[in-house]
Amino acid sequence: MKILVCITNVPDTTAKISFTDNDTKFNKAGVQYIIGPYDDYALARAVELKEKLGGTITVLNVGEAESDPQIRKALAIGADDAIRVNCDPQDSYFTAAQIAAIAKEGGYDLILMGRESIDFNSGVVHSLVGEMLGIPSFSPVMKLDIEGSTAKFAREIEGGKENLEASLPLVLGCQEPIAEWKIPNMRGIMTARTKPLKVVEPVAVDELATLDKYTLPAPKGACKMIPADQAETLISLLKTEAKVL
Amino acid sequence: MSILIFVELDNGSIKKTSLEAVAYGAEIAKVKGTTATVLAIGNAETSELASAGAYGASKVLHANAAELATENAMAYASVLAAAVQQEGAEVVILPKSGLCDSMGARAAAKLGASIVSGVTELPDLTDGFKVKRSIYTGKAFATVAVKGAIKILGIKKNAIEAIAGSGSAEVVGFAPALGSGDFVAKVISQEKASGELSLTEADIVVSGGRGMKGPEHWQPLLDLAQSLGAATGCSKPVSDLDWRPHHEHIGQTGIKVAPNLYIACGISGAIQHLAGVNSSKVIVAINKDPEAPFFKAADYGIVGDVFDILPRLTKAVKESK
Repeated sequence: MKILVCITNVPDTTAKISFTDNDTKFNKAGVQYIIGPYDDYALARAVELKEKLGGTITVLNVGEAESDPQIRKALAIGADDAIRVNCDPQDSYFTAAQIAAIAKEGGYDLILMGRESIDFNSGVVHSLVGEMLGIPSFSPVMKLDIEGSTAKFAREIEGGKENLEASLPLVLGCQEPIAEWKIPNMRGIMTARTKPLKVVEPVAVDELATLDKYTLPAPKGACKMIPADQAETLISLLKTEAKVL
Repeated sequence: MSILIFVELDNGSIKKTSLEAVAYGAEIAKVKGTTATVLAIGNAETSELASAGAYGASKVLHANAAELATENAMAYASVLAAAVQQEGAEVVILPKSGLCDSMGARAAAKLGASIVSGVTELPDLTDGFKVKRSIYTGKAFATVAVKGAIKILGIKKNAIEAIAGSGSAEVVGFAPALGSGDFVAKVISQEKASGELSLTEADIVVSGGRGMKGPEHWQPLLDLAQSLGAATGCSKPVSDLDWRPHHEHIGQTGIKVAPNLYIACGISGAIQHLAGVNSSKVIVAINKDPEAPFFKAADYGIVGDVFDILPRLTKAVKESK
């Protein structure tokens, strides 16, 4: 069983978002970076599958050297080796093309990643990669088991879930509750230091979309407080003032 | 060139967010001096599909092969790509949803198209083709220059107001060849709550947090939701504790909603929860803790006991009708 887990290096979910360079660059000052929360679920399930079935886990990041601490963390959690495609990805298609290029060489049975990155929230990379490789893709996957060469999995659909079966290889975009996040132990952290991390340069891709500038939402006005003993007035305010009822 | 819009069907009806997509596509068509064509996949009456004309579509392609009755992103992507080629479409609009993200992406890879998901406004066509999209889970926006010969856009709820005019679209059958490769997954079963309003489609959402104290205390919240015709949601701790089903979890790692009105009951307002609701037009927070962070993100706030306030609000809604 060869598993490829793609991880993003993203600002922590509580990070304050701001921009520099005339609103053309994300302000990294004081921002804590983490493995994308959805990717972290995918990684955790990959580690569980490896414990059960044997095999190897390769972790892949499309990003610059600042991703390395998160890649080392993924190695500490249980991945065997890592590849980083050295670039600053700005477009889903570009990112997917990098992943597909690595995946073609590696011949993986299973390619796992989060359902979306929490910086750009596109939720399209898994499906792009699947199509680029000519193999099926599914998202968001919330349960996954492997029996022989068959994946038995559940996908969240509107208002419920769908249980599916498909033959490997597959690309899956993952979300909770596929597994519990794993915290690396001391032994994992020590061995991660010497596990191989290969850095490769990106393949060329036509420029399909580029970032122009960033903007922040308009600041929210003050909250209008309604005394609890007059709670009913909320309904008339929602009707006449906010005009949403 | 032309504009192609994919619409999602729910029990044979075009979803509201899809009508917004039609209005969005029709607006671009108007500026570009071309026509807007709709693609619908699955079972629906011709009269329902023709109603897309009221939102500016001139033609509806209806793909209704038996194999397409069940939602299948890979097969739908093949149908979409075939429609793009048949119509010579240069701009493709989809409403943002799990299905549309997946099928739009696979179609983009087939066509070598640009794909931009989470678009919040009409494009700026004065200098190329630029769109504004939501990033950092609603905490910021990016303006993206879209450069592919074919541009696929996933538009967020409320990116445009869909106002029905008059007019009816011509509905024509569409039956591209379907490859077996798109039907490799076996659907074993579907577990779907019946009769529930869709969270992502709903105009009003009433949501509960740990302040609701337990699954057995949810009735007052459900009553208020029912009186408002609202969908119900919950915070992450609530779904983690299994008080409510996982598909109700709203937040950074759950469902992102953008209703006109979001009412948070007993939810403190952790930044991860706010990330899932910050696209709402009006937010109401009800919490007994006056220091709850939700009050900083809300438009209206009530400090008090949810079990006292919710029944009174329900009564007030009923009386105001």
